[in-house]
Amino acid sequence: MQRQTRLLLTAASFALGAGMAQAEDSTDPITIPIHNWSSQIVMSNVVGQMFESEGLAVEYVSTDSQAVYEAVRLGDATLELEVWEGAFGASFRAAVEKGGIVDVATHNAITREDWWYPSWTKEACPGLPDWKALNDCAAKFATPETGDKGRFLGGPVDWLKHDQEKVDALGMNFVVVNAGSAAALWAEIAAAEKTKTPIVVFNWTPNFAEAVWPGEFVEFPAWEEGCDKDPAVGPVPDKTYDCGNPANGYLKIAAWDGMAEKWPKAYATLQKVSFTNPQIAEMAKLVDVDGMEPEDAAAKWLADNEAVWKTWVE
Amino acid sequence: MTAAALSPAPASFDRRRTAQALLLLAALLATGRNILPEALLRPPEALVIPFAAWINAAFAFARDDLGLMALTRAFSDLVEFGLDVTANLLYGKARWPRLGPIPWVVIAATAATLGHALGGRRLAAFAGGTFVWIAVMGQWQWAMETLSVIVVAAPLSVLLGLALGTLAWRFSVAERVLNPLLNIAQSLPHFAYMIPVVVFIGIGPKAGAIVTIIFSVPPMIRLTLLGLRAVPPEIIESGKMSGATRWQLMTRVRLPAARTEILIGVNQVIMQSLAMVVLASFIGMPGLGQKLLQLLQALKIGLSFEIGTTIVLLAILLDRMSKAAAHRQPVHHAAGATFRQRHPHLLAWLALTAIGFALSALHPYFTEVERKQALSLAGPVDAGVDVLLTVVAPLADWLRWFLITWVLIPLRDAFLWLPASAVLVFVAGIGWRVGGRRSALVCLAFALPIALSGWWDRAMITVYMVTVSVTLALLIGLPLGLIAAARPKRAARMLLVCDTLQTFPSFIYLIPVIMLFGVNDVAVIAAVVVFATVPILRYTVEGLRSVPPELVEAALMSGANPRQMLWQVKLPLAVPTLLVGANQSIMFSLFMVIIAAFIGTQDLGQEMQRALSSADVGKGLVLGFAVAFIGLLADHVLLTWSRNRVESLGARR
Repeated sequence: MQRQTRLLLTAASFALGAGMAQAEDSTDPITIPIHNWSSQIVMSNVVGQMFESEGLAVEYVSTDSQAVYEAVRLGDATLELEVWEGAFGASFRAAVEKGGIVDVATHNAITREDWWYPSWTKEACPGLPDWKALNDCAAKFATPETGDKGRFLGGPVDWLKHDQEKVDALGMNFVVVNAGSAAALWAEIAAAEKTKTPIVVFNWTPNFAEAVWPGEFVEFPAWEEGCDKDPAVGPVPDKTYDCGNPANGYLKIAAWDGMAEKWPKAYATLQKVSFTNPQIAEMAKLVDVDGMEPEDAAAKWLADNEAVWKTWVE
Repeated sequence: MTAAALSPAPASFDRRRTAQALLLLAALLATGRNILPEALLRPPEALVIPFAAWINAAFAFARDDLGLMALTRAFSDLVEFGLDVTANLLYGKARWPRLGPIPWVVIAATAATLGHALGGRRLAAFAGGTFVWIAVMGQWQWAMETLSVIVVAAPLSVLLGLALGTLAWRFSVAERVLNPLLNIAQSLPHFAYMIPVVVFIGIGPKAGAIVTIIFSVPPMIRLTLLGLRAVPPEIIESGKMSGATRWQLMTRVRLPAARTEILIGVNQVIMQSLAMVVLASFIGMPGLGQKLLQLLQALKIGLSFEIGTTIVLLAILLDRMSKAAAHRQPVHHAAGATFRQRHPHLLAWLALTAIGFALSALHPYFTEVERKQALSLAGPVDAGVDVLLTVVAPLADWLRWFLITWVLIPLRDAFLWLPASAVLVFVAGIGWRVGGRRSALVCLAFALPIALSGWWDRAMITVYMVTVSVTLALLIGLPLGLIAAARPKRAARMLLVCDTLQTFPSFIYLIPVIMLFGVNDVAVIAAVVVFATVPILRYTVEGLRSVPPELVEAALMSGANPRQMLWQVKLPLAVPTLLVGANQSIMFSLFMVIIAAFIGTQDLGQEMQRALSSADVGKGLVLGFAVAFIGLLADHVLLTWSRNRVESLGARR
């Protein structure tokens, strides 16, 4: 029955000619992948509920945040709402090269990932956020396994952050220890908070951690194009990575290349979607600080911000 | 482990000599490390075999050229159809047959009736209570998402296990092929399975279901084979005499006679499926596991503890139910019993279901309890964990400092310092000691590929962490086991604690452990020790309990005091069982060390995590095999040793 209607509609739209070129969206559910950090989960629910308001079926599936690009490429997942330049740029570019995935839009947000410290750290090391001041009080960050050097807690190795190269290039008195997951980073910060222990870790924005633990990024020599490849670029003449990470990475939306054909209306909406840093932080906060369920948080965000998204779904 | 410690096995003089020579050579290689040529320290680049590239090429060939992908996708579509049906019934996913969701009161009543039918009033209360807990804690949707997958995966796994088990029983070729495969499958870390599944099946509930099937089928195959073998020939004879055809002989005689083993297999399938709930969520299994990981990621320990409790409750419930089913004997009604007398449970279930649907029609609370209406224990649990962490913190700080500076860093350096050649010779020596030339070759066959895979250093770090964890587990588990075994009541209580610790999703331990010790090896080892201690404790209790009472009595008559009784009678007799416990402890540690990559390690687990993110099948499988081979090597040595002990004791086991 449904299929017949759809066939009729398709036929009708063809009959009406170029003016109605857009075909009806498929009734198959759009599969939205969700990962293990809250802003992405809420954003997925927000966009999912926007699609539902257009009468489309939506399903969520939890996946690994790196493996998802392979899934989108094969059409197992339909889209990906948070493609971070720093963390997933490489996986995303690799998938684009293999084909099957398209770069739909870029959020009006900047992402930054670098060494970061929670506010209590500044009491132990008042010269922060300057990196030289951080290096001068390296001993305050020492742990049993790093001896008298300071410890920098980096993200999982597969995030490929080149912290070790940075330490070498700038001659810093720090040892890089890699945590195995984002959760391990948060657990360390939470434990340090109890005793107000100084700590410097890898962190990024937009992120829920900003709302829970106020803090700042360490200011390294500013990123210049080629700093990672050309030793001449940056303050240390014979080293690469003698600079901070780019302070304005992109945050993109990616989709399966069959989406435009299968769900043209949804695809048109997706092209207009664009969130800002405060909006993304707000979504994360509803879950991480206010303790809401992601779907309720998404509904609340949509109700509070109708002006933002209503124009996208028309 | 010196040769002297391996005594009174009935080893020939020759065997002992050769083993000693090999161990001596290993010691020489280690002490002469500084003058050894480079090639004996680590296998040279040229010898490293590109296993990963080969596997990737084989997989690419199978997927693209043989079109295996179409086959696997077709199979997964079939599984997906089943999943859609259960998903619709249990939590109302918009798929055919569009009847669900079934109200929670109805499911709770069904569980209670089934509990009563299988195990009487207590099981009925427990079954109903579990589902009421899930509902009022607001976890209904998640729990049903989980169950919707298990309800499909477990029966498929049972059927597959029955089929393969029968095949292995019927054709000895099949058994010879299956046996090593099963050995490897059971010692391969879970993550290694997942990468090929992502490639061939994709992600989502269907991938979760298929990973669960793969993981849970080996014990079913083994127990089916065991059960069919154990059917007494008299029963077969009587079947044949009654003129049964081969098919009838199988379905009416052999399978029913093997019922107990088969039902234990079903029990194992269910337990393994529940163990996969959290891990499978890495590739898209929805429900409790996924939620647990999300909550842990946001450090919501209290809420994840609630979910962990639900998983434990479900596991205990399904365990009890399937065990009750295994022990239940068919009931025979007197002739002329009415329908009511013959089917009391069916009628009760129909009545309860009707009441349930009526209730849910009256008020939506009885269909699904929303998160807002849910009760929660998270507040007190979080507060409790907080207090605990603050109280233990000074001790933990000291312990961390002590272990890192004096134990872990030196040990780790020592393991990495050892020349690969010395380790290989040592392994061969141990093999020779326990089982002669054959065992030495088996041990080398496991160790050599690890050296040639190019992951030697990583593997040594894994071995170092497992060694430390199992040693600590022995130091904790043995005395506790001795204390527990002294009184039967105490033993029962201790075993219950063991079961609970073991069923609790392992990820829950990771976060508190980091908060206590920070991101370092102490945290990893603390998390692993929790798991490694359980089997040691359990087998110590079992081993001491199963000492034949005649021997105890004989010792008493000869005037042994309690001390002598323990050290000279009970413990030596319990050694074979203890070795089995140590073997399990090593297996658990290996699995947990790999999972502990989420804390932050530099071992095989870390690389495996990387392989999973980049969907690198070859690398993932090579690493998986490296872990499996470490496990199988320990397994071979300990079990051979245990068997020797049993033989030399002449005990009737």
